[in-house]
Amino acid sequence: MPLSQQFRKPEFKKISDVIWEIPTTFKQGMKVPARIYATKKLIDQMDLQVYDQITNVATLPGIQKYAFCMPDGHSGYGFPIGGVAAFDPNENGVISPGGIGFDINCGMRLVLTNLTFKDVQPHLKTLVNKLFERVPAGVGSTGFVKLTKDQFRKVVEEGAEWCIENGYGWEEDLERTELNGKADWADVSKISSKAIERGFNQIGTLGSGNHYLEVQIVKPENIFDEKLAKKWGLFPNQVVVMFHCGSRGFGHQIGTDYLQTFLPIMERKYGIKILDRELACAPFNSPEGQDYFKAMACGVNMSFANRQVILHRIREVFADVFKQDAEKLGLHMVFDIAHNRASLEEHEVDGKKKKLVVHRKGATGSYPAGREEIPKLYRDDGSPVIIGGSMETGSYLLVGGPNAAETFMSTAHGSGRTMSRTKATKMFRGQQLFNEMLKHGIYVKSVSWAGLAEEAGAAYKNIDDVIEATHLAGISKKVVRFIPVGNIKG
Amino acid sequence: MPYKFLEDVAIADVAFEATGKTLKELFESAALAITSTQVKDLKSVEHKVEKDIEVESDNIEMLLFNFLQELIFYKDAELLLFSKFDLEIFPENKKWKLKSKAYGEKLDMKKHELLVDVKAVSLHQFKVEETKEGWKANVIIDV
Repeated sequence: MPLSQQFRKPEFKKISDVIWEIPTTFKQGMKVPARIYATKKLIDQMDLQVYDQITNVATLPGIQKYAFCMPDGHSGYGFPIGGVAAFDPNENGVISPGGIGFDINCGMRLVLTNLTFKDVQPHLKTLVNKLFERVPAGVGSTGFVKLTKDQFRKVVEEGAEWCIENGYGWEEDLERTELNGKADWADVSKISSKAIERGFNQIGTLGSGNHYLEVQIVKPENIFDEKLAKKWGLFPNQVVVMFHCGSRGFGHQIGTDYLQTFLPIMERKYGIKILDRELACAPFNSPEGQDYFKAMACGVNMSFANRQVILHRIREVFADVFKQDAEKLGLHMVFDIAHNRASLEEHEVDGKKKKLVVHRKGATGSYPAGREEIPKLYRDDGSPVIIGGSMETGSYLLVGGPNAAETFMSTAHGSGRTMSRTKATKMFRGQQLFNEMLKHGIYVKSVSWAGLAEEAGAAYKNIDDVIEATHLAGISKKVVRFIPVGNIKG
Repeated sequence: MPYKFLEDVAIADVAFEATGKTLKELFESAALAITSTQVKDLKSVEHKVEKDIEVESDNIEMLLFNFLQELIFYKDAELLLFSKFDLEIFPENKKWKLKSKAYGEKLDMKKHELLVDVKAVSLHQFKVEETKEGWKANVIIDV
């Protein structure tokens, strides 16, 4: 049955122009209301299954305050994409792979250059072609870092730190990565040999689907916070590089493994009933819950290492194309940020400080100034938030907003799809899209024409609408908007 | 083709319906759908490599889940795509068992027109059911 007929639209309680509440009367078992952060326009575009899924989340044990959905929300499995929920381990709060996603620590990395578009334009095709050659993408791509399984086990415990020690990056990259590039509670003994086998040859690969690497530009009119933009190293007409990828087959297998661990014990051992098998979970303070949290951390580290090694390659390519050292070209990172992860964080709930397990699935951490999660470098400013749009439209750099505490310090992660992939491939043709994008000044290299069609801009919400909603809600504030000029996708 | 991709079921993921007159046919159809999600032309995947795949489960639904998950495992671990299956499904010691020979080859970007990487089989709306015509499965895969 089509989605539109299967699910009902809730009667929203309007809290503000950008906050819409679904009361606990909507569905039996809801422990807290759900809150959708969106403008009226965005909420009218959301598929109805989002509301079904976010209210399923509201039934999970130990959930605090509200089950949230960000403005880019769309239906997924278990949690909707854009779902945020915090659980108190002291109130039987749970951890669920379906609240994190199979692609653990899928995230964004933003890299500066001191080049302007004028410098890059004559070399753009060469640059994109070389990046495409050197950063493997697509189904079954393998990385250039050849590791034994034992070395890989070390990588997933040490994350980006391993990469720096082995020459794949600069020391300063670590302080520009969430968690300093290493989830230090990782324990590889909680990982199956299958996960190791799936992932050990994939360090330094983009993957496919909506994963990409982009060369982007800062148009002068797209700088919204001049002071902060300048402080963070951004200037008019600058060229930057942004990329989006995750923990590849390794993370995917961890998700699958623990889904199977949780399903048979959840109800029998812990008395937890769920409304969607993808919400399989265990109490955070249970042996199984702890095992998953430690395994998830290995996925987090694989992903940091993956993006670190890709950055190394990007620096090599720029140095090669522009015949200068990457240092001289100013290829410093701004930040690396996850949008599929659970974190143990301190938050205030009804005036009381609590350590909560915050799940963000297709949602980004967005911390206002002063929070300890923010690297020292940025602590006085608020955390940099990187939100990628569709390949045709543009992306944003934002900063943690003053109201972020409302959403357990979370904001959107992307544009959010409005059209299924199957439908998009019927509506768009890859080759035609390539030509149209070229006309608009975007040179794209893709492993697959069909894959390109799936990612057509028209299959997504308007990124500007999504960003505006987070900005108006004060959960993240605009700093700079980036326009793509070159794109690589798997 | 005994499987079809559904366009109005999953927004971010890929959804398909597989059918078969028998369980064996159903499992073959679903397995081919996994390969078809990743490579445009199934016929381009020749039968050069043979792999024994065995899985078991308490129930038919999770047997299919485990089987499809094995195919995804081989895609990453050994870069293998499969386009033909000889399989048998039978109950043994209160469990369902599947023994299969899967035929395919190593994926090759020059030879195979690749589509999208399959990350995992999702249990969201995952269903295997007996119908008047035989068997039907609904599957959503994360890509």
